[in-house]
Amino acid sequence: MSSPESGSYDATEAAPHGKPRAIEWPLWEVFIRGQHGLSHRHVGSLHAADAQSAIKNARDVYTRRNEGVSIWVVEASAIAASRPEEKGPLYDPSNDKVYRHPTFFDIPDDVGAM
Amino acid sequence: MSDPLFEFLCRMGDNTLVLGHRVSEWCGVAPVLEEDIALANTALDLIGQTTLWLNLAGEVEGKGRNADALAFRRDIWDFRNVLLVEQPNGDFGQTMMRQFLFDAWHKAYLTALQSSSNAQIAAIAEKSLKEVTYHLERTTDTVIGLGDGTDESHDRMQNALDRLYPYVGEMFTSDTVDAALSAEGIAPDPASLRPQYDTLLRDVFSQATLTIPASDFAHKGGKSGQRHSEHLGHMLAQMQWLQRAYPDAIW
Repeated sequence: MSSPESGSYDATEAAPHGKPRAIEWPLWEVFIRGQHGLSHRHVGSLHAADAQSAIKNARDVYTRRNEGVSIWVVEASAIAASRPEEKGPLYDPSNDKVYRHPTFFDIPDDVGAM
Repeated sequence: MSDPLFEFLCRMGDNTLVLGHRVSEWCGVAPVLEEDIALANTALDLIGQTTLWLNLAGEVEGKGRNADALAFRRDIWDFRNVLLVEQPNGDFGQTMMRQFLFDAWHKAYLTALQSSSNAQIAAIAEKSLKEVTYHLERTTDTVIGLGDGTDESHDRMQNALDRLYPYVGEMFTSDTVDAALSAEGIAPDPASLRPQYDTLLRDVFSQATLTIPASDFAHKGGKSGQRHSEHLGHMLAQMQWLQRAYPDAIW
């Protein structure tokens, strides 16, 4: 779907990207909510001229096997992402704080999916 | 002439068969991957509809022929598709224009067929209509996008429209088969669907900044089977050769 040549993730990936070719459509990230899913999941990306055609393309590329009931698309350049080199400061501090996991409680059946 | 119901079912099935095969010719060579997959989906939808129409045609005929026999063992003169769908793909714009002109007719016709007095036909129409509604949405957007796009895309779309518009009229001609079926409430009179088709075309082409040709000349001979264009024979040669060379081959 996405080739490095045409990607627009300049700000967030370590790999250098060339400028998108002028004739290339923008890159869109696709999120689909499945038949039994509660939330939209990222399934991949594609190119499209605008949001409406991105949704149509997503329908054709990612829901051919009856996967989805709802589609979200967002232009890839609109996504702000954390930087891989900040991994340590961002995530390591939570490693030793096991009490933050809600594993010490019995969850009543009535609560349902969480 | 053979049974009007059989003729009608062959017309429906041959339209979707021939167009489905044409569209499948883009598989792997469309301008972008997304369009490639979308075209393959459209082709598969149309071939799926073909199976339903031609199996029913075989049933009605009662000579033991199924959809495969009708698709692969008939020659040009037995095909009943309109001339529009057998026209070559040309460039991407021409393919999209052909698809739009057909989709707009197809949707109107299937919508009317949903209230057919024949329950099987109404059921096939209802199933197909969901697919065709999407086809028309997609081609409408593409025709507008390319028509109202760059100078080059606009010129290509206008060329496509000029070239294909003379094939529109045939979809709305009424003959004795149509008369027999509309008398029994099985299918609508095609001519009755023309006003809504023209309204849609005017709306879409004005958004697409394209000019509808003034002449209403219409090539005919496809749905009656009297005179197909030379393109159909070439297409059938490619589509049918395997079943002709190795009858009943399966995998």
